[in-house]
Amino acid sequence: MLMEMEKMETTAEAAKDERKRKITYAEAVLEATDQCMQMDSSVFVIGEGVPDPKHIFGTTTGLREKHGKNRVLDMPVSENGLTGVCIGAALKGLRPIMVHQRLDFILLAMDQIVNNAAKWHYMFGGRLSVPMVIRAIIGQGWGQGAQHSQNLQAILAHAPGLKVVMPSNAYDAKGLLIASVKDNNPVIFIEHRWLHNITGYVPEKPYTVPIGKAKVLREGKDVTIVTSSYMTVQAMKAANALAGKVSPEIIDLRTIKPLDFETIRQSVEKTGKLLVIDSGYYSGGLAGDIIARVSENKSLFGRLKAAPKRVTLPDIPTPTSHALSKHYYPSHIDIIKEVCELANVPEGQAKAIAESERQKLPAKPDVPDPSFTGPF
Amino acid sequence: MENADDEKMENLPDNNILLGLYSSMLLIRRTEERIAELYPEQEMRCPVHLCIGQEAVPAGVCQNLTSEDSAFSNHRAHGHYLAKGGSLKAMIAELYGKETGCAKGRGGSMHLIDLAANFVASTPLVGGTIPVAVGAALAARMQKKNAISVAFFGDSAVEGGAFHEATNFAALHRLPVLFACENNLYASQTHIRERQPEREITQLAKAQGIAVFKADGNDAIAVYTAAKKAVEHARSGAGPAFLEFATYRWLEHVGPNDDSKLGYRTAQEIAEWKEKDPIKKLRETLLGKRVSTEKELEAIDETVKKEVNEAFRFAKESPFPAKETLADNLYAD
Repeated sequence: MLMEMEKMETTAEAAKDERKRKITYAEAVLEATDQCMQMDSSVFVIGEGVPDPKHIFGTTTGLREKHGKNRVLDMPVSENGLTGVCIGAALKGLRPIMVHQRLDFILLAMDQIVNNAAKWHYMFGGRLSVPMVIRAIIGQGWGQGAQHSQNLQAILAHAPGLKVVMPSNAYDAKGLLIASVKDNNPVIFIEHRWLHNITGYVPEKPYTVPIGKAKVLREGKDVTIVTSSYMTVQAMKAANALAGKVSPEIIDLRTIKPLDFETIRQSVEKTGKLLVIDSGYYSGGLAGDIIARVSENKSLFGRLKAAPKRVTLPDIPTPTSHALSKHYYPSHIDIIKEVCELANVPEGQAKAIAESERQKLPAKPDVPDPSFTGPF
Repeated sequence: MENADDEKMENLPDNNILLGLYSSMLLIRRTEERIAELYPEQEMRCPVHLCIGQEAVPAGVCQNLTSEDSAFSNHRAHGHYLAKGGSLKAMIAELYGKETGCAKGRGGSMHLIDLAANFVASTPLVGGTIPVAVGAALAARMQKKNAISVAFFGDSAVEGGAFHEATNFAALHRLPVLFACENNLYASQTHIRERQPEREITQLAKAQGIAVFKADGNDAIAVYTAAKKAVEHARSGAGPAFLEFATYRWLEHVGPNDDSKLGYRTAQEIAEWKEKDPIKKLRETLLGKRVSTEKELEAIDETVKKEVNEAFRFAKESPFPAKETLADNLYAD
C-alpha cells in the first residue's frame, strides 16, 4: 500500500522538495487542523470524541492541550442540534470544524446540513454565509456493516450549496482541509478510513489545494479513468498492473462538488473511452452522473469509441461477514477487467492479468493492510 | 380597588417602554392586516403565516434587547422581525419577491433577515433555528461579547429533537440564550393535546436545568416583565432561560383568512381569545393609567398606518430580480 502511494506522487512539488518529509494521511489532517487553529483564532473543533484518548483515529491528537478546551470541544451525541449550533457560530464569525467518526452519523444532521447550511447564503440573498467544515469518515471492511462505513457522498453532493471534497492522499488531505477551513461555504470533507495510514509527501508549511479542481494523476491515451478518494489507490494499482499493455489516464476528482468537468472533458476528448469509479452505490450515484454529463455533451458524445462504464458498489447494504464483503467491494481487479474491455485487450490476456493480480490479493481482504488487526 | 391600582402603577414599566410596546404591537398588527387585505391580489406569491393576536410576545421580549443581541425565528416571523427593528420596507418587498427585499426575493415571508437590527434569520422548518441561536450564543461567549441571542418558536417545536439537543448543549455550557416559546395551542390545525401529554411545557426546560419564566402572552406588560428577568438571567452568565407565553393566533395557520369554518377550533374559543386582544388590553392600561390620551394613541396609529402604506408602495414599485441573477449567491466568495 505504501509503495502504491509513492508511485502516485507525480507532482512537481514533490519531486523538487529535497526533504521529502512523509507523514500519514491522518497526520496530514491533524497538521492542517493545528495550523488552521494557529493561523486563525476563530477556528474551533467539535465532535464526538475529538478530545478523547482515541482522538478520532489520531486526527485530533494534542489539539486540546495546545489550543485549550474552549476551542477543542467534545460534544453531546446530538448530531443535528450541534450542526445547528455550528451554523449559528459560523454566522457570527467563527469557523467550526465539526468531526464525525462515521459519515453515517451525519444522516442525523441532514436537516441542518441540507435545509440550513447548504442554502443559507442563497436563501438570505447572500447577506450571510456559513463557513464551516464537516469532516466525515467513510470506509469499508472489518465487519462494520450497514451502518458504520457507508459511502454516501452522492447524497451530500446532491444538495445545492454544499461543497464536497474527497482527497485521496496525504498531500491533498492537508491542502484541501486548509482550503476548506478558509472557504466561506459549508464544506463536507470526506476521508476514507483506509487512507488514514497511508503515507505521502506533505510539506510542513501551510498550503492549500484548490477546491473544485481535479488532478490528472497519470497521463495516458487509451482510457480515461475518473476516480476519487480510496478508489484512486485501486485505480493506480490497476494501472500499474496494466503497464505496457494499456495506457489509462487517471483523473483524481479531489472535489466531487462542484465538479471539475473541464478536466474530464479534455481527457475524454483525447481517449474517447470512459470508466468512472466511485466508492458509492450504483443508483443515483456520482459515477452515473459523470457518465451522463459526458454522454449529453454533444461534442464528446460523437467522440466516444465505446459505451462508458462504471465500477461502484452494488445497490445492496453492506454485509457484515467478511465472507460476503469480499464479493461486495470492488477491487483493482474489477477495474482491470473494465479497462481491458474498453481498451480491447484480447480476452485471454486480460484474464491472465486479472488472475495474476488475484494471486497477490491478501487472504483476508477486509483490512487496509496486513498490520491492521481491528477493530476500526 | 384604588390601592390595588396604585400598587400596580408602581410596578408599571416606564412610559417610554409602555409606548414602545404599544407602537411595536400596533406596527405588527397594521402590517399583518394590510398583508391579509392585499393578499387576494395574488402579488404576494408566497406562504404567509400571520401573527395577529400574538403581537405582545415579540414586542415584550424585543423591548428588552439591545442591537447587539441576536434574534432568530420561525415561519411566523413577521412580528419578531419587526419588533427587533427589522426594516418594514425590506420585509414587504420580500413578500412581493422583489430585489429590494430583505433576502433579495430569494427568501419570502419565511426567510427574513435584517443584520442592521441583528434579526439574524427566520426559517420554517420547525425548531430549525433553535440550535442556530445557541450557536450564536456560543460565538458571543467565545468572542467575549456581552450579547445574548433569542430563539422564538412555537409549542410544537418542543416536540422535536433540535429543541432538546439545543437546550441540553446550552445548559451544559451555560450559554447566554433565551428560548421564547409562544404556546398558541395549535401546530397548523392540530391541538396540543393531540401532540403532547398533559404536562407543563416548562417542565421540559426545567429537566435540562434551565431557568424557567412564564407569563400571559396576551399581556404585553407581563411579557415585558418576565422577559426582562429572563434577559437579566442570561446576560449575567447564569445560563440560558426558557420563557413560555400562552397566546393565540386569530387567523388561519397559513394565509389571510379566518378559518373558523374548518372546525378544528370553535367559534367560541376564537371569540374568547379575541376578547383578550393584547393591543386592546395595553390601550386600556395606557388610558386608564393616564400614560396617554386617546388623541396621542390615535396619532401613533396614524404614524404606523403611514409607515405601512409607504412600505407597500415601496414594495410594489420595486423591481423584480433579474434573470441573470438566478444563480447569484449559490456560494459565498
